[in-house]
Amino acid sequence: MASKAAISADRPSSPGTAPGHKPVAGSGDRFAAAQDLAVGYDGTPALSQVDFEILPGARIGLLGPNGGGKTTLFRALTGELRPISGKLEVEATCATVPQTDRTRLDYPVTCLDVATMGALARLAWWRKPGRKDRAMAMESLAMVGLSERARDSFGELSGGQRQRVLIARALTADAQLLLLDEPYTGLDSASASLLDRLIGDLASQGRTVMIATHDVDQARAWDLVLCLNRTQIAFGPPEATLDRGVLEATYGGSIVEIPGQPGYGVLPPHHHSHGGH
Amino acid sequence: MLDILSEPLANGTTIRALAEITVLGIVSGAIGCWIVLYELSYSAESLAHGLFPGLVIAALVGAPLLLGGAIGVLVAAALVVTATRLADESADTAIAVVITALFGAGVLLALSPSSPPGIKELLFGDLLGVTFTDIAVAAGVGAAVLAALWVLHDRLLAVGFDQSSQQSLGVSVTTLNLVLMVLVAVTILVAVQGLGTLLVAAILVGPAAAARQVTRRIGPMMLVSVAVAVASGVAGIYASYHLRTAAGASVVVAMLAFYLLAALTGSLQHRRVPARQ
Repeated sequence: MASKAAISADRPSSPGTAPGHKPVAGSGDRFAAAQDLAVGYDGTPALSQVDFEILPGARIGLLGPNGGGKTTLFRALTGELRPISGKLEVEATCATVPQTDRTRLDYPVTCLDVATMGALARLAWWRKPGRKDRAMAMESLAMVGLSERARDSFGELSGGQRQRVLIARALTADAQLLLLDEPYTGLDSASASLLDRLIGDLASQGRTVMIATHDVDQARAWDLVLCLNRTQIAFGPPEATLDRGVLEATYGGSIVEIPGQPGYGVLPPHHHSHGGH
Repeated sequence: MLDILSEPLANGTTIRALAEITVLGIVSGAIGCWIVLYELSYSAESLAHGLFPGLVIAALVGAPLLLGGAIGVLVAAALVVTATRLADESADTAIAVVITALFGAGVLLALSPSSPPGIKELLFGDLLGVTFTDIAVAAGVGAAVLAALWVLHDRLLAVGFDQSSQQSLGVSVTTLNLVLMVLVAVTILVAVQGLGTLLVAAILVGPAAAARQVTRRIGPMMLVSVAVAVASGVAGIYASYHLRTAAGASVVVAMLAFYLLAALTGSLQHRRVPARQ
């Protein structure tokens, strides 16, 4: 898929600039832009020196170790965290798609109920979702291929299906910038390729999907990668960006060369700790 | 046979008790669903115990119980927050220490030789002693709680499902949790006169826990919960009339019977339809 996205750092000499990547003039249709952004908790930056511009229709892999700042960046983009310094402009509607293992399986909701929750973002706090919102939720479920499961309990679905219902919830919110938090964790290969296709579809509709992942090889297939390790290590198209130096800086040296294969592998951390940031 | 049902109705005391428990059952059955889904059972029981010294002091000085209870709740909440912050304790340890201390203080006051008779009713409730004013106050406050629950229904459902996606759902999780806690406290305040500080948690948690066993959507769960609360309330009052048992305790025993029945039904259902994955 040819990406419509082009990314530029505001200062071409900054370490976050991908070499050879053409800056785009004008910012009328950009979704988000960060300039020397620092965000964190209680005034202490968890992530700093972030410079990027996000345009419509891109699949962006977000790489980095646990605690590297991926979730912090998501929280900044949704407006939950305010910049400590620097600038972050978000012009698109943003929605986080959490990991399914953090949602509750024993909760009394159907898939349609969950998809309809996205409409709340657009409604004043005393307004209830109406027929139009439910119709939009049905469309969202159709978009993720789960129309026929609309009346089923959310907890009855497989992990991959639950992930897609959560994406449908973001679509009901009419999110243009979707933030997926390690969506491939725990998926079998069939579910993973369905998710691949869905992410591609969303990007071709002009939505931008940012995908936090530990899988470097997977990120090579996307349009852009953003590497974070408490600061921004690199940002650009994967083929020009993911060299050994960048990967070492991103993962702190836990890089292994796989004999007989091009590129490098990364030793993923054994324990995914999801607490904290 | 019909005498068993009609005979107690000749008695104004029983009619008032039935009216009171019906009002309390409707409100508690509805808010109980959120207590169960938000896992607030421990907090609810702690609030009920923590306001005990407030009730005792109000009874000793002849102030309205509602006022004493309200002050008791506020003091308990402030102490729990302070203990959690100051002692760096985990929240449940802080709650346990503060609430046990408050309850002990209440008992100390209640059992002093100078305390008037009738203080015992603050522990176990006095369904047979309620006045029309009590019922009217319970109905008025209950209607307000139900109205608030109705307005916030979709937000409560969304946040209980997924506390992490707050910003992108347009709901402030902190505010909503706080509002829910205040509604729970208000419900406890009106229910504590009928059921007492020791039994009030049963009507807040029991019917909703039973309903959860046999339903899979929030709407039916609330209806079943309210039905169980009212039915066990009425059954308990009749049992107490005919068997000369304590009214509050009889209601709680009826509730337990409903819960066991629901748990049995629920586990039979699960066996018949094995949950996928």
